[in-house]
Amino acid sequence: MTVALDTAGPDAARRWIEAAQPAHPSLIDQAHVLDELLGVVNVPNGVWIDEQGMIVRPAEPAYPARPSFAKKENREALMEQMSPERRAIFKEVAKIRIQPEAYTAALRDWVTHGSQSRYALTPEEVIRRSHARPPEVAEAAASFELGQYLHRAGYADDAVPWFRAAHRLQPDNWTYKRQAWTFADPGQGPTPLYDGYWLSDVLAIGAENYYPPLDL
Amino acid sequence: MILKTLQVDLEVFAQRTGWVIKPEGACKADRCVPLPSTTEKLLDVRALAQRLGMPLLHDEKHDIWSLGPESGGRVLSSAVAPEIVLPDLDGTPFDLSSLRGQKILLVAWASW
Repeated sequence: MTVALDTAGPDAARRWIEAAQPAHPSLIDQAHVLDELLGVVNVPNGVWIDEQGMIVRPAEPAYPARPSFAKKENREALMEQMSPERRAIFKEVAKIRIQPEAYTAALRDWVTHGSQSRYALTPEEVIRRSHARPPEVAEAAASFELGQYLHRAGYADDAVPWFRAAHRLQPDNWTYKRQAWTFADPGQGPTPLYDGYWLSDVLAIGAENYYPPLDL
Repeated sequence: MILKTLQVDLEVFAQRTGWVIKPEGACKADRCVPLPSTTEKLLDVRALAQRLGMPLLHDEKHDIWSLGPESGGRVLSSAVAPEIVLPDLDGTPFDLSSLRGQKILLVAWASW
């Protein structure tokens, strides 16, 4: 199943879902409750749940395939057509570590072998690998919830301080940041509303750290 | 969870947070936190927030509160998948637990 973390609602996700024509449930999470309930901090993230309703792998990067831009020849052709600003972003995107081959191989192993798969974790390990939630991360969730609620209620300006608080309290949560940045600028570039933007924050951590390495 | 008053319905609270109010207190997985005894269906959010380590934020202009999740541990206090009910494109609610008996790959994505 898929869940779109989109505060803008079904209309933001509709064209992607309709193009994919999925046979599986395709849901919308406007409040980003998956961040709070499962520890999602970036997309794509995957969670494995077994037949008994037990989580056997907590939220982790879940690229299903290598995007076409990841191929060097495609990337260079694309970059030639871009503005310098877009090219700078794309240069960092190309450095992001994704591991679709390893992830899908592990997933297939679990589908075949179930609880005997070495990729299916014990309950203790699932809990241990889920994100820590110190008070500031819990407060980030409460702040983002106020922000998304006010934004959806038509008070976009009043939502901004709460989104800013969420960013400050949990700076490694990219769903909180990218969601709010998108409302200010669909390209997630610099705006007066927020201190950071996609390129600035990726450069600050290093694009190779945008996703943690898979621990399979 | 967003609140318009500082009284919360226990069933709504349990559905959203996973904390169930029992005679021994607020319980989630194998942990129970004692609460002032109550026979009411509504509880004071300030007491819950304090006992469970949940942030309670107030937006003064709109006079609404936001109660965050419990803090101090891990996001998952149990490997049991939490209750998740979300709408599809048409707004029809879908309950994750309706897939019980099947393996689930839940993929979070976004349009942005």
